[in-house]
Amino acid sequence: MKNEGLIYRISGPVVTAINMKAAMYDVVRVGTEGLMGEVIELHGDKAVIQVYEDTSGIRPGEVVVNTGETLSVSLGPGLLTQIYDGIQRPLPTLEKEMGVFLTRGVDADAFDLEKIWTFEPQVSVGDTVVGGQVVGHVQETDTIVHKIMVVPGKGGIVKSIESGDFNVTQTICTFEDGSDMQMLQEWPVRTPRPYQQKYPPVIPLVTGMRILDFLFPLAKGGAAGIPGPFGSGKTVTQQSLAKYSDAQLVVYIGCGERGNEMTEVLDEFPHLIDPNTGKPLMERTVMIANTSNMPVAAREASVYTGITIAEYYRDMGYDVALMADSTSRWAEAMREISSRLEEMPGEEGYPAYLSTRIAEFYERAGRVETLNGEDGSITVIGAVSPPGGDISEPVSQGTLRIVKVFWGLDAGLARQRHFPAINWLNSYSLYPQSLDQWFRDNVAPDFPEIRIELSGLLQVESELQEIVQLVGSDALPVDQQLTLEVARMIREYFLQQNGFHEVDAYCDIHLQYKMAKAILAFQEAAKAAMASGAQLGDVVNVPSRSDLMRGRLNKGYIDTIDEMVKTMLAEIAATVEDN
Amino acid sequence: MTGKEYRTITDVKGPLVFLNKTEPVAFGEIVSLRLSNGTIKNGQVLDTSDDLVIVQVFEGTAKIDRDSGVTFMGDVFKLPVSTDLVGRILDGAGRPRDGGPDIVAEENADIIGAAINPYSRRSPHDFIQTGISAIDCCTSLVRGQKLPIFSASGLPHNDIALQIARQAKLTASDEEFIVVFCAMGITAEEYNFFRADLERTGALENAVLFVNLADDPAVERIITPRLALTAAEYLAFEKDYHVLVIYTDMTNYCDALRQIGAAREEVPGRRGYPGYMYTDLAMLYERAGLVKGKKGSITQFPILTMPGDDITHPIPDLSGYITEGQIVISRELHQAGIYPPINVLPSLSRLMGSCIGEKTTREDHKSVSDQMYAAYAQGRELRGLVAIVGEDALNERDKQLLEFSGVFEDKFLRQSRYEDRSIEETLDLCWTLMSSIDTKYLVRLDQKWIDKYHPDNRE
Repeated sequence: MKNEGLIYRISGPVVTAINMKAAMYDVVRVGTEGLMGEVIELHGDKAVIQVYEDTSGIRPGEVVVNTGETLSVSLGPGLLTQIYDGIQRPLPTLEKEMGVFLTRGVDADAFDLEKIWTFEPQVSVGDTVVGGQVVGHVQETDTIVHKIMVVPGKGGIVKSIESGDFNVTQTICTFEDGSDMQMLQEWPVRTPRPYQQKYPPVIPLVTGMRILDFLFPLAKGGAAGIPGPFGSGKTVTQQSLAKYSDAQLVVYIGCGERGNEMTEVLDEFPHLIDPNTGKPLMERTVMIANTSNMPVAAREASVYTGITIAEYYRDMGYDVALMADSTSRWAEAMREISSRLEEMPGEEGYPAYLSTRIAEFYERAGRVETLNGEDGSITVIGAVSPPGGDISEPVSQGTLRIVKVFWGLDAGLARQRHFPAINWLNSYSLYPQSLDQWFRDNVAPDFPEIRIELSGLLQVESELQEIVQLVGSDALPVDQQLTLEVARMIREYFLQQNGFHEVDAYCDIHLQYKMAKAILAFQEAAKAAMASGAQLGDVVNVPSRSDLMRGRLNKGYIDTIDEMVKTMLAEIAATVEDN
Repeated sequence: MTGKEYRTITDVKGPLVFLNKTEPVAFGEIVSLRLSNGTIKNGQVLDTSDDLVIVQVFEGTAKIDRDSGVTFMGDVFKLPVSTDLVGRILDGAGRPRDGGPDIVAEENADIIGAAINPYSRRSPHDFIQTGISAIDCCTSLVRGQKLPIFSASGLPHNDIALQIARQAKLTASDEEFIVVFCAMGITAEEYNFFRADLERTGALENAVLFVNLADDPAVERIITPRLALTAAEYLAFEKDYHVLVIYTDMTNYCDALRQIGAAREEVPGRRGYPGYMYTDLAMLYERAGLVKGKKGSITQFPILTMPGDDITHPIPDLSGYITEGQIVISRELHQAGIYPPINVLPSLSRLMGSCIGEKTTREDHKSVSDQMYAAYAQGRELRGLVAIVGEDALNERDKQLLEFSGVFEDKFLRQSRYEDRSIEETLDLCWTLMSSIDTKYLVRLDQKWIDKYHPDNRE
């Protein structure tokens, strides 16, 4: 058999070819227009292909050509700031080729192959280099040095290497055995890139969102799931993380989501400044946008494309954060293709291998020792869109079984415009134990204790609320009424955070600590004042407390907060004398 | 090009016809079927192989037998488009329904429509004033948005859709909208209601109607919205019009989709709807927006009725994941005699942030909207509590909020079907109503807006 066959059947994005030599996951070109596809099943001499573009108008009998390669991404300098579709075609190039509507059959290089980069060797002639080792540096953007690595499994004794200006396809290094290397390399997306070992997670990914950093922290190299019904703020949360988290690089995958939302991201990111480096956010970002109406098979591939790019930068020793919004759309793409293949369905029509695929994907996260001996990490944050907001469905469950952090979004909170609408009672993070030491060393020695105190108060509030539902708050003893008031302060002042507000959107971890302490200081002062005879109403209504709470929207709050707390404590103490 | 006529039908099942021994047939190709009594029906290829071709027949398979002739038309489904479409009424398959002549095509457009490159979109940011306070203040609509109305049977969603169509305008300019109206399986009575209203207000001259009624073939409903959107895309992106697409009722569309899925013996997803319904709906809803280099825009207003008022039903659920928010109609408010009975609590406009503020509406809009919403939400919650413990058990703050929730419904939500409130009027009304609450409880209002707009501080 040869590497060319004929189309036998077409059913939506699934095409069957006959008379073709094919192996699983080979990339093929389908029909006279040469649409890109991937072999996903073999039946005797029939090869079943998922096609990454619309198949209308294709006929049986047209030719199918097997390229013999597996679905791969191009890796090299030029990736950053790019915006790709699910199979790494840059959307701006597609616009040039096709106009504003996506037609089909167009191939595009992942980045400019002609662009000249200045290459600085890091090894010398005669050195022995192995796979994963860095041979040289290229300044890719103002903030990111792109490290040119030997393809895993390759290497040798360096015969020649020079600094100079090269494009990505020119040879930068030759080896004694006659082989050579370029800056551009390919890697199959469904194969994880190798590393030496995984480390335990001991450094938090600081996000600037109070509820996340303080109550449910995520570790660098960890994985988090954000399930929530529509309108509960998954996308806003994901975008805030992409903007403000202290990862050095961000890969943002818009998987089967809204076109206008992607446009918003595309419009906004180039103007946003990374709070950690002061440079435009876009310079540390790779974006993948495969909206809901773009071909379903490319949606299936998009998460793999994204994580492979993330792994490549991890291997250079960077901390990478990967956002996938939404993994449910990815799962649905698998379901759609599975049903076209007439596979026996598992739960709710999803293929039986759904949870395996989810687990494999999240397992590509982690903090590792790279082949080059450096420390790099990928933190994966996956949004989940459970139908009807009910997380007993297979995608949510498959995700929760594997991730260590669960940020449960709640429609009820969203309806009260409590944002981020993360439910503090059912969310969890399994990382605090391993991260506490970092918080003690870098923020404050009593950081973990403050966290426990805050979450304890919220827990007590939820119990008291049940009683209030029955008897009203006035029937509670005053100390419990105070607890309710303190919990309300935690919710409205601390947990709520406006992701669109210029100041409030990002909250420094040290400021978070000060704000938490301010709440506890209020509680203590109020208790003391009331013990000396002050009225609850007077204590909670001191004007300086609302000043303190509103103040978080002002610039420079971190410098004024201590003074404001003092004023508040003084006013509370004064309520005793008024009586 | 038209090919030969085949008489090789093997099976007919529901809306599907199966035939074999054909020459290669393209996926998605249009099919013409000639029945033995001379009737012509149309269909489209759903699955094609050397051995078997599956055709979905739009007009239903009644009277099709194994002797019926099948001709493959060599092309995918196209709609003849030109500016002559404006002012016309067409049926669910794009044929004139108003007795007028056929549309003379300036071009033939593929009705499936290509996806817009996300990089080529322009961000929507032009505020559309609908004149309805609940929408303008709390779920502001933007040109280029897709904002469905989640309703249920027996609720006045049609009145609201018409009021929006009548009153929608940009505050910044006086550009008018062209309305593309797409009816899928609605009753003749509802259709006449829409048509009469459009005619009376003169809007019909600036509208294109695609009409598939309840007694028209169900399968035709699969293509009706695609025809409407193809016409809309042509008018918006070739002819620079601003187009408002209203389609009703999405629930009937999804049921037609389920019918075909069942006939093909596909593995069903939730409640029997096909697993690809999300993608299918996205291919309709995502045909809204603005694109670089073109002046026109498409704004979508899909109406869907939630079976059993259940917002977690797959149809509203999947829609909500694709559309940029939703306007939810409440039976409770309707029964309380409030029009428009919009429940702002589960309603949402995702693009609101981009279209409100100093430059477009008013500087205090965001702050006011958040505070109105929060106060109403808390007031509503207190109603449940009061039912158990009585009003006396409430503290002062709660009493004020409780009272506010009633005022909100009576004064803010309630307006007449022909009352067109400007955004200024709406926001001033908000301040008047909120002034019944002590300022210290209005924590979401920036102090500078309180100083500037609170009735106590204005002359």
